[in-house]
Amino acid sequence: MADTHNSAVPVQPSPRVNGVAAWALVLCVFALLWLAGSSVADWAFDYPKAFMIPAKRWIGDGMKWLLNEASFGLFTFLDLTRFIAAVIDIPYRTALSLLSTGFLQGQGSSAIQIVPPLPWIAVIGIVSLIGYHAGGRKLAVLVGACFTFLAVFGQWHSAMVTLASIIVAVPMGVMFGLLLGIMAFRWPAFERAIIPVLDLMQTIPVFAYLVPILFLFGFGPTAAVVATLIYALPPMTRVTILSLRKVPSEIVDLGNMIGCNRRQMTWRVMVPSAKDSLMVGVNQVIMLSLNMVIIASMIGAGGLGFDVLSALRRLNIGAGLEAGLAIVALAIALDRLSQAYANRAAQPHHGEQVKTGFIYRHPYTLAAIVLVLLTMTAGVFLSGVQDYPPDAVVSTGPFWSDLVSWINVNFYDTLEGLKNALLLNAMIPFKRFLLGLPWLGVIGLIAFAGYSLGGLRLAATVGTLAFLIAATGQWEKAMITTYLCGSAVVLASLIGIPIAILVAERDRMWRVVQVIIDTLQTLPSFVYLMPAVMLFRVGDFTAMIAVVAYAVAPAIRYTVLGLQNVDPRLIEAGKTMGCTPWQLLTRIRLKLAMPEIMLGLNQTIMFALSMLVITALVGTRDLGQEVYIALTKADTGRGLVAGLAVAFIGIIADRLISAGARRTRQSLGLA
Amino acid sequence: MTQQEAKLVCRNVWKIFGDDAAEFLSSHNGNPSLDNLSAAGLVGAVRDVNLQVHAGEIFVIMGLSGSGKSTLVRCLSRLIEPTAGEILFKGENLLAADEKRMIEIRRHHMGMVFQHFALLPHMTVLENVAFPLDVQGMARAKREERARQIIDLVGLSGKEDFFPRELSGGQQQRVGIARSLAVEPELWFLDEPFSALDPLIRREMQDEFARLQSVLKKTIIFITHDFDEAIRLADRIAIMKDGAVVQAGTPEDIVLAPATDYVAEFTRNVPKAKVVKAQALMKPAKGRIPKAQVSARATIADSAPLFREGAAKLAVIDEDGSVIGVLERADVVDMMMQG
Repeated sequence: MADTHNSAVPVQPSPRVNGVAAWALVLCVFALLWLAGSSVADWAFDYPKAFMIPAKRWIGDGMKWLLNEASFGLFTFLDLTRFIAAVIDIPYRTALSLLSTGFLQGQGSSAIQIVPPLPWIAVIGIVSLIGYHAGGRKLAVLVGACFTFLAVFGQWHSAMVTLASIIVAVPMGVMFGLLLGIMAFRWPAFERAIIPVLDLMQTIPVFAYLVPILFLFGFGPTAAVVATLIYALPPMTRVTILSLRKVPSEIVDLGNMIGCNRRQMTWRVMVPSAKDSLMVGVNQVIMLSLNMVIIASMIGAGGLGFDVLSALRRLNIGAGLEAGLAIVALAIALDRLSQAYANRAAQPHHGEQVKTGFIYRHPYTLAAIVLVLLTMTAGVFLSGVQDYPPDAVVSTGPFWSDLVSWINVNFYDTLEGLKNALLLNAMIPFKRFLLGLPWLGVIGLIAFAGYSLGGLRLAATVGTLAFLIAATGQWEKAMITTYLCGSAVVLASLIGIPIAILVAERDRMWRVVQVIIDTLQTLPSFVYLMPAVMLFRVGDFTAMIAVVAYAVAPAIRYTVLGLQNVDPRLIEAGKTMGCTPWQLLTRIRLKLAMPEIMLGLNQTIMFALSMLVITALVGTRDLGQEVYIALTKADTGRGLVAGLAVAFIGIIADRLISAGARRTRQSLGLA
Repeated sequence: MTQQEAKLVCRNVWKIFGDDAAEFLSSHNGNPSLDNLSAAGLVGAVRDVNLQVHAGEIFVIMGLSGSGKSTLVRCLSRLIEPTAGEILFKGENLLAADEKRMIEIRRHHMGMVFQHFALLPHMTVLENVAFPLDVQGMARAKREERARQIIDLVGLSGKEDFFPRELSGGQQQRVGIARSLAVEPELWFLDEPFSALDPLIRREMQDEFARLQSVLKKTIIFITHDFDEAIRLADRIAIMKDGAVVQAGTPEDIVLAPATDYVAEFTRNVPKAKVVKAQALMKPAKGRIPKAQVSARATIADSAPLFREGAAKLAVIDEDGSVIGVLERADVVDMMMQG
């Protein structure tokens, strides 16, 4: 097969000559409309109310219909969703009982504990054993230390509630993602149908679908698990499709040649062959689940996320930071464990005698059982074994609060000065500029950019999406979102790209930076709010700082990747031509790394958008706030419309940048 | 040698990649030219191929990359659905077989060895070799016993519990060979089995392959891009270019009478003495039969040292040991001189 398909794809001549003139013309028209249009065509600046698409009402009505009328004959739609919730509730209750509450009999406060939960020592022991199994002694120590941290700093109970949600959500996310991925792999029509849905699921802010989930699945941890599933499913599906497609064609041929039927082909040949890359998806599901479980504390998931949220509301910096650090510890432990499993190749076991018997075949399970039995028995007599002794809990809350007040006492003027300088000189003018632009002109510009980067189809896609934002009455808030997101992305790039250039050629430095950004990326977005609020209180600036901190990692990562992937022969060629280091950097390395850097920009924007919605908690005025208000008012229509507007902004940026990267790659001859 | 059972026959097989290939083919009376195809933006990976593979022979399909040989072998095993034509396996048209029948045929009658081995990374050598039997539903003890026998046959005893990544390339391909033989196939496809190996290992594996075939006597379809390999191993060769077979015949036919300039390009540097068999150069045995003997299937180059003793003639004997002709020193020298 491979050798029959090398007909070269003709490189399209880039319409650059006409491009410059066309851009100049379009910009002139735009400027004319902007400067002179307000008196002539007022409707181009404010979308006319009469033509507004009442999407909020439609969605609201649709939701009502789903809740009250939708029926499958024997049972209603609501019955179905509530049934699903009840099914999910069973494993969740079990996990929660095991880790946190113990097995209870009776209801409410009169409940009697029949069996206590796993003692904290047993849990630490078990995760350490898992760590040892996955990655040896070092990992066992790390994971054990992370969990001990939770106990020592008094976060044990909340952390176990969070962990219970994850334990339930992750296997389901992996399973459904795998199944969807396999289906998409097998039926291309299904893939075409599912990909836009996945795009939307990944770009729509999580707050937006919390409300409909609340209505359908009820308030509480199971609804949170469902929200987590929706959030964590798309990457698993994508990874599954990709890794199945990466299975060498010869392996597929082999499966057919030995006469595998469909089921054997899928489960005995394809999935095991793709196992290594599938584990990357599992790692993503775990990390996204953790992120979402924290956010879902808003709809009753409880746990660490709830602690952060309530601390934020009370502006209790110390308590919030403590819970935040606990999230970090949990995130690191889970991430390292799943990564170790992803990297672990099956151990060769030849040369050993095959031993039979439970002890030899399952040493880890046995050790865990012994540990549980021992600690449970000891726990009956010694309460310190069952629950971490409350006297030994160390609280760092006051310390952090003191630190923050110390910073504020001593550096208040500096910080405030910095904040005001940036706000007054850059951010506010930018915001005014964006808000003053005519929506019609902006849509025209976006569509033209789409046309010049990717043709009519792209122009139609991005133009329509932009128009829908205006037509549903979200234009002004969308512009504020664009302004916040834009400022944050610019700042993140200004910080990230120079760092990347600095470390790209220095191996040891890059390894340090890599560990830092890896860790930063595993942290749930909630955590970023705490330090920003501590230093700058609430407002746009705080939001932007939190977004920058969250979104700087992809800017660094992709730039470094791009720079490191530049063909070393080209750099050598440049050196022999006598390029100065500066010329090498600007004329060869950055130029060839451009497509990767653009992809990094794309990711930075996506990260920024997802964080922006969270920053609604610290008082922004954008689409994120709209979604958040809708959440607190349980207004499905309002939340989804604003959420979709955020998703549309993300999709517009993604499509335009991807097309631009493709074009750059073609013109550099890399494609 | 004339009347042999045809194990696999392929008639007018076409594989065209591109949209509406079948309609295009019928609109050109089933025989579009290369120009027709490229004008329509289609790729004619296999064009009007007719072949007969006899029971027990090694049939080599040789061609450079892009000549369509890999596509052809996948059409023969129906891993790729041909656009048109007939493929008869023991008289049964494979293209008419339904999925269930095809699974049945592949499970019990076909085996395939792949260029990049296609070993399953999560399985040991033993599990890999036993996998085709496992798929058929054979009990564990039975399939592992069979797998051990074949692992022994390909010389990998002691490596049963190794994982593929722990083996060298040559060893990995031995596993691939063992696995394809596990079901005792009648028809054995080898798709460039030695191309991914180092030259020395390749040579060793070719010898090993020849040894196996002398024991097993399978019907073999062997794909290669290496003309020397084709000459070394083949009973018959088909040379492909642009999806079509330009010449098919025994190695001697091809070396002695290349059909086109393209084929001549390959044969130019092949010493004829290494290809031509005693059988082809012998003369009828008249008068006294010389004592020294040579097999009819030995090449001239292999026969030459026997003349060192000073003999002027060698008796040529067939597989039963009866004399069928004589080989004369002058003819041998003549051929060696031609290079």
